[in-house]
Amino acid sequence: MSMINYASREINCKLVYYGSGLGGKTTNLEHVYGKTKPDTRGKLISLATETERTLFFDFLPVDLGTIRGFKTRFHLYTVPGQVYYNASRKLILKGVDGIVFVADSQVERMEANQEAMQNLYDNMAEYGYDLTKMPFVLQYNKRDLPNAAPVADLQAALNPGWEVTDPAKQRVAPDPWHAGENLVYQLETGEWIERAPYFEAVAVTGDGVFETLRAISKLVLKTLS
Amino acid sequence: MSGSASWSFTEEDFNAITQALQKFLFDSNARCALLVDRTGQLVATVGEQLSFDPTAFATLTAADFSANDQLARMVGETDFNSLFHQGEKESMYLADVARRVILVTLFDNRTTLGLVRLKMKETVADLTKLFHEVFSRGAPGKAQQGGVLAGAEDEIDKLFG
Repeated sequence: MSMINYASREINCKLVYYGSGLGGKTTNLEHVYGKTKPDTRGKLISLATETERTLFFDFLPVDLGTIRGFKTRFHLYTVPGQVYYNASRKLILKGVDGIVFVADSQVERMEANQEAMQNLYDNMAEYGYDLTKMPFVLQYNKRDLPNAAPVADLQAALNPGWEVTDPAKQRVAPDPWHAGENLVYQLETGEWIERAPYFEAVAVTGDGVFETLRAISKLVLKTLS
Repeated sequence: MSGSASWSFTEEDFNAITQALQKFLFDSNARCALLVDRTGQLVATVGEQLSFDPTAFATLTAADFSANDQLARMVGETDFNSLFHQGEKESMYLADVARRVILVTLFDNRTTLGLVRLKMKETVADLTKLFHEVFSRGAPGKAQQGGVLAGAEDEIDKLFG
């Protein structure tokens, strides 16, 4: 639910980084915080436990530039990764404009990723939001680890896509971020499938962090155009 | 449920909201008042200059209110429509407006909780009326709102690559 303030000429949008515990959501925000100029970002607020696990959320406001004279301000939130904190996870999703699902690429975390994805769908559905109809991207994090699963396996497990029933949208849409891949494509059986864009990342070094942020921000702003 | 619909307010709305808040501050002798929407966005702030980051403050306020909403449900209430946090010198009083916005008042010992609460009740009623008008315009205004960045695809592409 973006907020547009005509008086101060600001567009405020809410982005939520979702995913299983220890997947790198907070690290994404910390990298953005560290790499943006102080005059274009606010404070990084972390409501965390003593062991630095996110208890309620992390929050970081960043200005990403001006479009049509409107300052575009994005409010970045993370949710707690642990299922134990589902009540607070759900609260953070209220009024969300765009979602980044941060998946831990390690093979052993596949089940935890799938569980978090299911939980995201469930929580969104409870608010009446449809993940297939809003800005949504996946980030496969920790690509540098030796036990990282192949992207194809992660895609199959976490981003198998959804059926496109609107005839107007049933045409091949290339993936602008991956040459030779498509976001909308037709199966041999004739069904049209759409997948969410994905990005590979190593959040601790910052690889892919801004690429993900730019992509989701762009998708959100396009919904206003 | 608000759904995912966006809402926007005009300069006129903003002036009316600000006026209502200024009147409230004058009557209650509180330090400052902030309006925060339920998703954590700061809508307006009136009164003394804040010494802290208002954006972070707005986010935490919305989270505070949301968490208390859930607590209310657990104890069998539909919501707690106001919250009071008392400090040694500074205190804050939060009240729901039209189920979509939160009015936050910061005050110190130059006034009393009773006066703040009394004046806040009147202000909440005024603001509720104002916001109902804004929201009722929200649905048909969607096309207009979609126009904010209409035709700006190129600019968006340029900014985000």
